[in-house]
Amino acid sequence: MPLHFEARTKPSAKMVWLAPATALALTAAAAMIVFASAGLDPVQALATFVLSPLSDWYGVGELLIKATPMILIGVGLSIGFRAGVWNIGAEGQLTIGAIFAGYLALRFGPGDGIWVLPSMIVAAVAGGMLWAAIPALLRTMFNASEILVSLMLNYVAQLWLSWLVFGAWRDPAGFNFPQSEPLAPAALLPVIIEGTRANISVVFALVAVALGWILVGRSFVGFQLRVTGLSSGVARYAGFSPHRAVWIGMFAGGAAAGLAGVGEIAGPLGQIFPTVSSGYGYAAIIVAFLGRLHPVGVLLSGLLMALIYLGGDSAQMSLGLPSAISGLLQSLLLFFLLAADVLVQYRIRYAPRGRSALGAAA
Amino acid sequence: MSSLVAQLIVATLVAGTPLVYAALGELVVERAGVVNMGVEGMMVVGAVAAFAVAMATGSLGLGVLVAMAAGMLLSLLFAVLAVSFNANQVAVGLALTIFGTSLGSYLGKSYVGMALVVPPSGLGAAAADIPILGQLHPLVWLSWVLFTATWFFLYRTKYGLALRAVGESPASAHAIGYPVIRIRYLATLFGGALAGIAGAYVSLVYTALWTEGLIAGRGWIAVALVVFATWRPGRCLAGAYLFGGATMAQLFAQSAGVGLPSELMSALPYLATIVVLALISRDETMMRLNVPASLGKPFSI
Repeated sequence: MPLHFEARTKPSAKMVWLAPATALALTAAAAMIVFASAGLDPVQALATFVLSPLSDWYGVGELLIKATPMILIGVGLSIGFRAGVWNIGAEGQLTIGAIFAGYLALRFGPGDGIWVLPSMIVAAVAGGMLWAAIPALLRTMFNASEILVSLMLNYVAQLWLSWLVFGAWRDPAGFNFPQSEPLAPAALLPVIIEGTRANISVVFALVAVALGWILVGRSFVGFQLRVTGLSSGVARYAGFSPHRAVWIGMFAGGAAAGLAGVGEIAGPLGQIFPTVSSGYGYAAIIVAFLGRLHPVGVLLSGLLMALIYLGGDSAQMSLGLPSAISGLLQSLLLFFLLAADVLVQYRIRYAPRGRSALGAAA
Repeated sequence: MSSLVAQLIVATLVAGTPLVYAALGELVVERAGVVNMGVEGMMVVGAVAAFAVAMATGSLGLGVLVAMAAGMLLSLLFAVLAVSFNANQVAVGLALTIFGTSLGSYLGKSYVGMALVVPPSGLGAAAADIPILGQLHPLVWLSWVLFTATWFFLYRTKYGLALRAVGESPASAHAIGYPVIRIRYLATLFGGALAGIAGAYVSLVYTALWTEGLIAGRGWIAVALVVFATWRPGRCLAGAYLFGGATMAQLFAQSAGVGLPSELMSALPYLATIVVLALISRDETMMRLNVPASLGKPFSI
């Protein structure tokens, strides 16, 4: 092949941020192909997909409320990912957060105490951390892969929630639908933008971004985590405990996911369903990568991913496409990003065959 | 009583077969030093592709072939990014799983809840006289053929030796003239093909209907099985049937009226995976002796 990759002497700082932009452009192109293959005008369909969700304030509120769980979890996961700790269990940790907070909301919410909501938040964070502690413990004690353990626990958490909502928590006045009774007002998060559903959890997400930025960019712990991720040998030599990195990474993701869980049931859902997450735990993995594992990047990519979610909904309503298209485009975005990331470490060189002996290596 | 035992054996083989395919494929991939965590995604796409083709043409065989091709296509995508471009293998594998799952629900939207009417195969009728095993689907038989062939390939041919060498030390394999990248590509494609068949088996034979979440983590369990098996095909086969048996025991217990919640029973395979994973991984020396030494590490010339 006349084109080949040549390793850069150091990673390209420009490509680090150009790669996501390239990936986004490629995803938009892929979306247009999908639209065209469904018999739609690609340009107009893309415009509908991207613009119609944001046509009014309510839409902006929806964007914030969708972006919030992904930003929260994305910030939490990126702390672990930096250290090479792969927490794939945010979906389950979110679910456990919802279960823990949901118990308090159903049990004490009708009593109308002002302490209900704060204790729900604390319980959700604790629940998420507890669920994340299982893979952390098995990894540090038994060397078991945290990827597989945390992933398996997603299914377990989901089944636990189904058992509750199909059983003990089912609303007796709910026409036998698998759902809890609506949460009492004392158990709901206050709305912060009039006329929308955007609630206080948006602020939590912003606080998480700020905290994440301090931890990642301004603290010694953040430095230790990054060194651990880059080279575990160096980290060990410098005396940074790999076990501590596992615990910090898992706890950060678990706490954030738990918080996102209470944000769902005490926010847009307002009651507990067998599924409390629309795949936010998995989408947040994409958000973390797309945001370059940096809190500010996660903030931007979370908003973008939320827009794709909303675009999927409006594609379903006004274009007649399955809303699963948003998941498809989100995952394509990740693929294109991983491909574009090659250009951070390598440059493409044109070397016709035979002219360069080195070129033949490719 | 003996008929119940026979039923249990058949049910175990039937439930374990998708794991046999998927885990055997991933084992070969990992023996070449590549870890593809996208098995779940490839299985989902294989399942939906097979189902769509079988619905349209009425041919199960064609469905399986298309599923194989779909799995290989996805694994090619993985190989380009992870083997050629040296992207992080875990990240690409995760991306593949997320992509495959979303692609599956996008493509499968119009098939949700549909059931496949399976025409009895001629081969099945011919084998029906054999006690117990005669009831099994040809794909179950094929999995045994593939298992034997894979074992023979890995341990009794020079190509298998080359593949294992690439997994242990790609630099040495390269130095003595083996095409490391090509071998890794072929291994990854083999894994994709088998994951595709595994998915097709689930949607065509095991359930014969399409719902979302049909694969339900089987691809991940297959990845875990390779670790349990300490990268050896024989143990992989045994592990797959152990899990198949566990799945079936749960159904038998439910129908026998064991008073445990069905959700708890459904959670058992996942919990069992966690427990076994912890028990096996515990022995760090044994893991280090068995894991392909270059597993997950990119190789460039």
